[in-house]
Amino acid sequence: MRKLWIGVVILTLFNACKSNTKTALPILGYKTPVTKTVNGKTVTDTEYATIPPFKFVNQYADTITQKNLDGKIYVADFFFTTCPSICPVMHRNMLNVYKEFKGDDNFRIISHTIDPKYDTVPVLKRYADKLGIAGNTWWLLHGEKGDTYKIAKSYLQSVSEKNPKGEYIHDGFFILIDKQKRLRGTYEGTDPAEVTKLIADIKTLKAEPDQIVAK
Amino acid sequence: MRVKVIVAIAILLVVIGASCQSDDQIEFKRYYSAGSLVYQQHCQNCHGDKGQGLSALIPPLTDSTYLKNNKAALACFVKNGIKGKIAVAGRTFDDEMQADDIAPLEIAKVLTYVTNSFGNKMGTVTLQQVQDDLNNCK
Repeated sequence: MRKLWIGVVILTLFNACKSNTKTALPILGYKTPVTKTVNGKTVTDTEYATIPPFKFVNQYADTITQKNLDGKIYVADFFFTTCPSICPVMHRNMLNVYKEFKGDDNFRIISHTIDPKYDTVPVLKRYADKLGIAGNTWWLLHGEKGDTYKIAKSYLQSVSEKNPKGEYIHDGFFILIDKQKRLRGTYEGTDPAEVTKLIADIKTLKAEPDQIVAK
Repeated sequence: MRVKVIVAIAILLVVIGASCQSDDQIEFKRYYSAGSLVYQQHCQNCHGDKGQGLSALIPPLTDSTYLKNNKAALACFVKNGIKGKIAVAGRTFDDEMQADDIAPLEIAKVLTYVTNSFGNKMGTVTLQQVQDDLNNCK
C-alpha cells in the first residue's frame, strides 16, 4: 500500500513537470531581483528585461511607438532593403510567418532597417509592395541610426556600421516578444526549420493564460 | 578475315563513340555538382534553394524561355550584374543585381547548374562559351 502511494506521488510529480514545459515558453533576457515594500512587508520579486519605449516611422509614414504594440505579440528583426546576403532568405521565411498570422490583429511583425539613409519611407513602401505585404500586420520601421542600434541591444541583437568593405554586419535572428514586452524566443531567420518552430511557438504563446488576459 | 577486321573496326568505333559520350556526361556532372556549390555560396540567398526568387523583388530562375532567349548574356549578368527592367515569368522586375566577379570557370559551372535545374534543361555551359560570351558583354 505504501509503495503504491509513493508510486502515485512520483507519477503526479512527473506529469506536473511534463505539462509545464509543454504549454509555456521560457522568458529570456536579463533578470533583476527587485525588492518592493508591499503592505509593510518587504517582498523580493524577479523582474525580466522588457523592450524599452521607442519611436519609429513605418512604411506608411505613420509614427509607431511601443504603445502601438500594446496587447500584441510580435516578432522583430533587423534588415536593409539592399542587403545582398541574408535578408532575402530571412524575409522569404518571414513571409511564412506573415501568411500564417495576417488575419490576427493582436499580432505584428516589425522589421527595423539598419540603413536609414538609403531605406527612406518611400523605399520601404516600395519594398513592402514588391514583397507582397499589405495592411498593418508587418511594419518596416525607419528611424535614427542611433535609436535603431540602441533598440537592437534590447532584442539582444548586434548590428553595426558598415565595415571597411562597405558591408553591414548584422544578426539574422527573429525575436519573439510577448504582450508584457518580454523576450520569449530567438530563431535563426535564415533557417526554415527554425522559422517553422517560431510559428508553432507563437501559437503556444498565444494560448498562455497571461497572454490571453493581457490587453 | 576481312569480316573480322570490319567487325573489329565497328566495335572500336562504337566503343570510341560511347566513351566520348560518357566523357561529355562526366564533364556535365562535374560542372553541375561544382556549380551547385557556387550557387549555394553566390546565388541561393537571393534566388532561393529552388530558384523561386522572392515575390516581385527577385526574379525566379525557373523561366526556361527567358534563359534560352538570353543564353549568350547570362555570363555577363553574373559578372557585371543587371540594372533596369527585365520581364521574367510573366512579371516585370526592376531592381539591381550586384556584380559578382567570379572566375569564368566558376561562371560556366554555376550556369550549367542553373540552366539544368529548377525545370530547365539546356546542357553544359562550357568554359569556352563563357569566355566568348564575356568578350561580347554589352
